[in-house]
Amino acid sequence: MKPVPRPVYLDLFRIHLPLPGWVSILHRVSGALLFLALPTGVWLLSVSLSDEAGYRYVSEVFAHPLARTATLVLVWAASHHFFAGLRHLALDVHWGEDLASARRSSLAVMVAAGLATGLAAWRLFG
Amino acid sequence: MKAATGSHTGTGTWLVQRATAVVLALALPLLLLRFLAAPPLDFAAWQALLAPLWLRLLMLLAAGALALHAWVGVRDILMDYVHATGLRLTIYMAVIGTLATSVAWLAAILFGPVFGRAA
Repeated sequence: MKPVPRPVYLDLFRIHLPLPGWVSILHRVSGALLFLALPTGVWLLSVSLSDEAGYRYVSEVFAHPLARTATLVLVWAASHHFFAGLRHLALDVHWGEDLASARRSSLAVMVAAGLATGLAAWRLFG
Repeated sequence: MKAATGSHTGTGTWLVQRATAVVLALALPLLLLRFLAAPPLDFAAWQALLAPLWLRLLMLLAAGALALHAWVGVRDILMDYVHATGLRLTIYMAVIGTLATSVAWLAAILFGPVFGRAA
């Protein structure tokens, strides 16, 4: 049996993602970002623990606005991934599966990650 | 034996993803609180902060869970977007190499000469 052809809108300006969809795709994006940052993080830890000069070097790296901006992006990625992951675990045990709760918890994930990022921004740039 | 690609590998990886998520959700906030409670002001303080054996073991445990978690996640992303099998397997190996190297490197840092005397 031939499947019935369905309309496919891959035009990004026509796709309208609901809030849980945004949480989901950003869960993916944030996870990929964190994976990519991992080797650099281990390298920085290695240098910071090698000796006094290494520690000073890493401190200077983190003093640079670009490094602080990258750190802020990673704080957002880590917090979004964390809260969206908790939401996933809750859904796995069938908590909050109805549409209204799913929308509410999605909003909560976005707000919580936003607050964590805002707090980090205040500490990094304030 | 399970096939390296294709269907029917889902339930095992799903469980790995959840189990490692729970480990990370418990371990990472604990480590974060510990680091934020006493931000290091110099090299000696930084070394002292990481010196306790339980802390380094917890970091290594979290790193192991993170590597498994990241492997399942990145694998899912690649299965969705990279359809050329040869290319996908090549990226798989690069991802596994990156994760395994990162964990081994972290173990070398945490249990190497820097802390060898303190342990």
